Amino acid sequence: MRVRALTAVLLAGGLALTACGKEGTGTDTAAAPAGVFEVAKDVKVEGSPTFDKIKSRGSLVVGVKEDQPGLGFKDPTTNKYTGFDIDMAKLIAAQLGFDPASKVEFKTIQSAAREQAIINGDIDYYVGTYSITAARKEKVSFAGPYYIAGQDLLVKKDNSAITGPDTIKDKKVCSVTGATPAKKLREDKLVQPDTNVVELQSYSLCVTKLLDGEIDAVSTDDAILKGYAAAEPDKLKVVGKTFSTEKYGIGLPKDDKALRDKVNEILEKSLSDGKWDDIYKNTLGKSGSEGKHPTLEKY
Amino acid sequence: MTTVLFDVPGPRARVRHRLLAVVGIAAIVAFLGYVIWRFIDTGQFEGRKWSWIEYKQIQISLVEALGRTLSAFAVGAALALVFGAVFAAARLSDHRWVSAPAAVVVELFRAIPLVIMMFFFYYGLPATGVKLTAFTSVVLSLMLYNGSVLAEVFRAGINSLPKGQAEAAYALGMRKTQVMVFVLLPQALRAMMPTIISQLVVLLKDTALGFLITFEELLYWGRQIGGQLQFGRPLIPTMIVVAATYIGLCLLLTWFANYLEKRNRRNKKVIALENDKAELVVIGNDHQA
Amino acid sequence: MGVLTRNLDLFVAHFGETLRLFAFSAVISLLAGVFLAMLRVSPVPVFRGVGTLYVTVVRNTPLTLVFVFFVFAYPYLEIIKFEFFTAAVVALSIYTSAFVCEVVRSGINTVPVGQAEASRALGLTFTQMLGSIVLPQAMRSVVPPMVSTFIALLKNTTVAAGFSVREAGAIRDALSEAGESTLVGMLWVAGIFVLLVLPLTFLQRVLEKRWSVAR
Repeated sequence: MRVRALTAVLLAGGLALTACGKEGTGTDTAAAPAGVFEVAKDVKVEGSPTFDKIKSRGSLVVGVKEDQPGLGFKDPTTNKYTGFDIDMAKLIAAQLGFDPASKVEFKTIQSAAREQAIINGDIDYYVGTYSITAARKEKVSFAGPYYIAGQDLLVKKDNSAITGPDTIKDKKVCSVTGATPAKKLREDKLVQPDTNVVELQSYSLCVTKLLDGEIDAVSTDDAILKGYAAAEPDKLKVVGKTFSTEKYGIGLPKDDKALRDKVNEILEKSLSDGKWDDIYKNTLGKSGSEGKHPTLEKY
Repeated sequence: MTTVLFDVPGPRARVRHRLLAVVGIAAIVAFLGYVIWRFIDTGQFEGRKWSWIEYKQIQISLVEALGRTLSAFAVGAALALVFGAVFAAARLSDHRWVSAPAAVVVELFRAIPLVIMMFFFYYGLPATGVKLTAFTSVVLSLMLYNGSVLAEVFRAGINSLPKGQAEAAYALGMRKTQVMVFVLLPQALRAMMPTIISQLVVLLKDTALGFLITFEELLYWGRQIGGQLQFGRPLIPTMIVVAATYIGLCLLLTWFANYLEKRNRRNKKVIALENDKAELVVIGNDHQA
Repeated sequence: MGVLTRNLDLFVAHFGETLRLFAFSAVISLLAGVFLAMLRVSPVPVFRGVGTLYVTVVRNTPLTLVFVFFVFAYPYLEIIKFEFFTAAVVALSIYTSAFVCEVVRSGINTVPVGQAEASRALGLTFTQMLGSIVLPQAMRSVVPPMVSTFIALLKNTTVAAGFSVREAGAIRDALSEAGESTLVGMLWVAGIFVLLVLPLTFLQRVLEKRWSVAR
C-alpha cells in the first residue's frame, strides 16, 4: 500500500517535471545596439595556430563566467549568457569573422581552472574578470586590458555614511572567502580584521546579506559591484572610490602573438569607434557609474 | 498499555491528558500559524517566487543536480562498502602487522571531520600537483569516512555471530579465508543489512557537504536558483523543494532498511545476533552531517 | 611543523572558536533533546506525534541544508536577526537535539517495564520512581551513545566554516590568504581533531564496556 502511494507520488512528480516546460525569455537580455556585432568578412590572422584551429573547426569556444550579473551571467531559464564580458567576447568573435549568434559557444570556466583551460586548448580565449598579473603571464598571454577595475564598495542606495575606504573602519564588510579583496581589507586594516570582515562563498550571498541589512558594504572589483548595482539600481549603488587597480585582459594561449595583436587591434578599434561605449552603456552602465576607457598594454 | 514511565491512565489522568492535549494542540497551532504567517507576510507563497518551476531549463538543471547528488551517493556508497569490507577483514586478521595498521586507519578516518577531508582533497592536494575535481573529492572523502564506519559495522557483525558457526566450518576442513567468505561474511552482511543501510542514509546526507567545495549538487542548485533576482530571490521556495527531496530520498532508504529488517525477522536463515554489540558501534556514528 | 608554529595564534583562535561553538550547541541541544524525548515518551498522543515528526524531519535533512536555511533563507522571513555565530549555534542545536532525543528515548526504553511496575506497587511517587529507579538505570545506556553524539557535534562544527564563522574549518582560508601551504595546514587541523576526538572515543568505549556488563 505504502509502496504504491509512494510510486504514485514519484510518478506524479516526474510527470510534473517533464510535461509542462516554459521556455525562458530572459529578462536582462536587452539586445546590444544594431551594428555592434557586425560580422567581419575574410578575416586572416597570419601565423596564429589558434586561429587556424578555429578556422578548421568553423566555430569559436569562449571561456566565461556564469555567476556575475552584468558581466558574465547565465540566465537559468534560457541558458543564455549576458553581460559586459560576454558582449566583449561577442565583439571579438564578430571581428574575427564568426557570427556571435550561431558560431560562438560559451563555456563556463571556474576562476581556479582558467589557466589550465587555456593551456589545454579547451577554449580559444577567455573573457571573465581576468586580471593581468605577472604570475599568470608565465602561463598564458593577455590582450587588453579592455577594462580597468579597482576594489570598491557596494552599499545600499540610501547609505551616505560610507563614502570611501577610510569610512568603513567600524562597518561590516563582506567579500568572498579566501579571495584578494578580503585579504586587502584585513591587511591594510581598513576594517576591524577579526570581527568585521564577513566572508561568504559568493558575491551573490554577500549582496543578499547587504539587502537584509546584516552587513554594511560588499567589497570587490568595481566591475563586479556595478553588475549587481545595475540589476537593482533603485536599491544599490557603487561608492566609486577605488583603492586598488585590476586590469582585465582577454586570456589567450601563451605563444600566439599573432592572435594577441589581432585582438588588441579589435579592442583598439572598439574604443575609437564607440562600440566599447555602446556595450558598456548597455550593461554595466545601467548601474549609473561612468565607464572609463582603458589604455591598451601591448607586448 | 503501561510504559516504563506511566501507568495505565485512570479517569482523572485521562481528563488531565485530554486537557494537556488541547493546550498542546493550541500551542502547536499558534506556532505553526505564526510561521505560516511569516511566510505569507514576506511573500514566500507568491506566484513570482515559485514561477521558476515552470521553466524547462530550470527543470532540466534540477534533474541534473539531483543526478549529481545521486551519482555521488552511488559511487561513494559502492566505494565505502568495498573499503569497509577490506578493512574489516584486515582488522580481523590474525597477523598483527595487518590488523594493527588497519585499526589505526579506521580509527583515524572516523575522527577526522568530513569537511576537513574534502578541503584537504580539493584545496590542499593541488599543491602537490594532484588536481581532483569536486566530485572526486566528495566521493573519496565519503569513502574514507563511511568506509571506516562500515568496517566497524562489518567487524561487529562478524564478531557477534555464534562461535559455533566458525567452529563448525573449521571442523568441516575449511580454510580461514573460506570460513570468512562462505560462512561468516554472508551471515553478518544479512544480519547487519539494516544498520548498513542506515549508514548509507548518512552517506546520502553527507553528499550535501559537497556544497562547501562548490560541487554542483542539489543544495548548490537550490542556492543558485534561490539567488536569481528575476524571481525575487526565491531561496525559501528552492530550499523547501531541496529539503523535501532529501527527506523523501532518505525516508525511501530508511523504509527499505525497515522492510529488510522485517523480512529478516521472518527469515529463519538469518541468525539473530547475540547481543546489541553491533548496534552500539553504529549508534554514535549516525550523525555526521 | 613550521606552518603550525608560525601561525600558532591563528590555530589557537580558530580552535577556540570551534570549542565555543561546540559548548553553546552542546548545552542547548542537550536541553532541547531531553525536552523532545519527554515529548516522545509522554502519555499524550499529540506530543508524541510532534516529537516524532521533528525527529523524522531533522534526522533526514543534511546539516548543510539546515545551515543554508538559517544563514541565508531564514532572514527573508524577517523574524529576529542572527549573527553568523548565533545562526551556526541554532543550526547545530536544531540538528543535534534530534539525535540527543533519540539517545535519551532509547535509553529510557531499555529499562524493563517490570522495574517501574514494581516501584509503583511499592507506592513510590512518580518523582521517586524516576529519580531512584528509572533514570539511574537509563543513564547507563544513555551516556556512551551520548558521548558519540557529542563527538559528532564536535566534528560537525566544521560545517560552519562555509558560513562565515572563523572556526577550525576556516583555517584553510586564513592560511591560503597568508600564503602558507594549505596542504600542511589541513593535515595539522586533521591531527588536532584526532587528538580531541580519540580520548572521547576511548572514554565512550570504557563506559560502554563497564556499564554493559552490569545489566
